[in-house]
Amino acid sequence: MSAAVVQSPPRRWRRIAPFSIALAALVVIAFVSIGVGRYPLSPGEVLGVLWSGLHDATEGTAGAIVWQIRLPRIGVAALVGAALSVAGAAFQHLFRNPLVAPDTLGVSAGAALGAVLAIVFGARLVAIEAAAFAGGLGAVGIVMLVAHRLPARDPLVTLILTGVVVASLLGAGISLAKTIADPYNELPAITFWLMGSFASSTYLALAWRIDLLALAEDEARALGVRTTALRLVVIASATLATAAAVAVSGIIGWVGLIVPHMARLIVGPAFARLLPLAAVLGAGLMLAIDSVARASLAIEVPPGILTAVIGTPAFIALLARARRDLF
Amino acid sequence: MLAACDLAFGFATRRVGAGVSLELARGETLAVLGGNGAGKTTLLRTLLGLLPALDGYVEVDGHDLRSLHAQARAQKIAYVPQQQASGFAFTVLDMVLMSRAAHLPLLARPGVRDRGIGLDALSRLGVAHLATRVFAELSGGERQLVLIARALAQEAPLLVLDEPTASLDFGNRARVLAELDRLRGGGLAIVFSTHEPEHALAHADYALLLASGRPLAFDAASTALTADNVERLYGVAVDLVEVGPRKLFVPAARGARAVPR
Repeated sequence: MSAAVVQSPPRRWRRIAPFSIALAALVVIAFVSIGVGRYPLSPGEVLGVLWSGLHDATEGTAGAIVWQIRLPRIGVAALVGAALSVAGAAFQHLFRNPLVAPDTLGVSAGAALGAVLAIVFGARLVAIEAAAFAGGLGAVGIVMLVAHRLPARDPLVTLILTGVVVASLLGAGISLAKTIADPYNELPAITFWLMGSFASSTYLALAWRIDLLALAEDEARALGVRTTALRLVVIASATLATAAAVAVSGIIGWVGLIVPHMARLIVGPAFARLLPLAAVLGAGLMLAIDSVARASLAIEVPPGILTAVIGTPAFIALLARARRDLF
Repeated sequence: MLAACDLAFGFATRRVGAGVSLELARGETLAVLGGNGAGKTTLLRTLLGLLPALDGYVEVDGHDLRSLHAQARAQKIAYVPQQQASGFAFTVLDMVLMSRAAHLPLLARPGVRDRGIGLDALSRLGVAHLATRVFAELSGGERQLVLIARALAQEAPLLVLDEPTASLDFGNRARVLAELDRLRGGGLAIVFSTHEPEHALAHADYALLLASGRPLAFDAASTALTADNVERLYGVAVDLVEVGPRKLFVPAARGARAVPR
């Protein structure tokens, strides 16, 4: 048996190739993104500014723009994309439901409402993130509870409909609170980074166990998985990642729904491989979207429109080439 | 290996069955028979510890099932569920390796040794060539063999199968039943539910006949499965036909007249 167990080099390469390519693409997108905006920079200038910045010389307009405005924004966009994609992958896996995502479950709206309310009441930093987390948990709790109580012929659809309805209700609350406060605030990226990496490391540590949650409940339990406890950990981590993203950038739909499918089409459903790829794809996609938004000079294009315009063709192309089922 | 004493089973809101007592040793097979809705699956779930016993108790390997935590239970009982709609596109080897959750610590992943156990289980069931295929894309018979291989890789001494031959074609049924015979010969204790009295006669040592959750009979298969009992169990007249050493149940030639259950 052991002969078949050892992986030959080509096979090992096939396993890491998708991730490596996506990572390279992310780096390229990030590099291009630095030059894009109302103050365009040529690739040469970007290289020069990056080089001198590494040697503690960020003087000049270009240096200030790259190091103080563009790089932080690029970092946040990439992290938001990664966090939403990871959260979406986790939720879809957990509920065995291809339509589930942070936004369709109401988690994003709950987190946003929590964050906005915290801002209205003058909270700062960690308190805003905590409120976002609490709001997200509350929303997913309400959605699960309501969906569970409804007489469901199709539990998949019931869960989503409940999520969408609860999300729109929370959205009304957000709109109301927004008239008082602006959720786009100067929350430092460090809190975001901490929350996101906490959630991600939970997933990476438990990745293989979490795979088993995709089985039927009885099946997973008969294999020795403590499903209820594991589910709670997964929900809490996905909500934490969502809350982190929402607290810095508001609600961004679509990414958390589609990117996990893209990643699953490429590497299959096993969490240990799905998760890193979803994170990198989500980061790249979000960054591309943000770059286009910055490049469009005349009008401020809402991110929701751009996510759809860029993501839909990409998703259809993947679907057409898919050899695997989505689920 | 497995013992149940005056077991009542069902849900908090609805009792499905009661009064089941049974005992099974290693190297023995028990077939559970009963009409649709008689409580076969609920009983199996209770024997697996997935549902708490409403009354009485289940003992596995001398341990009360309630005293075992999830992983310890999984080390003693492996489950082959009824076939269901395909889920995620896991490969066959991925599916089989999931059985190792019964042995691995919380944060561990299957290693080389686990892959060896998984591949070995697949080749014991003659489906090692499917290892890299996507599980959901297999035929029903192949899926069933893979799920049995997964249960083997779980390395539990007791195997519980819920209607392992349902929805299989003639050849695959024979194949799966032959595998069960082989596994019994290898020292496993096996419990399976079935709708085919002949399967119980030919492949089980004991038969438990469940009618509306109550045991109609629990005995050696050849003793429990009389034409009379089968008639009462399913509510139709049957003839017992002997073909050489084999016994077959067929609906009575005089027509399927109703028999009071």
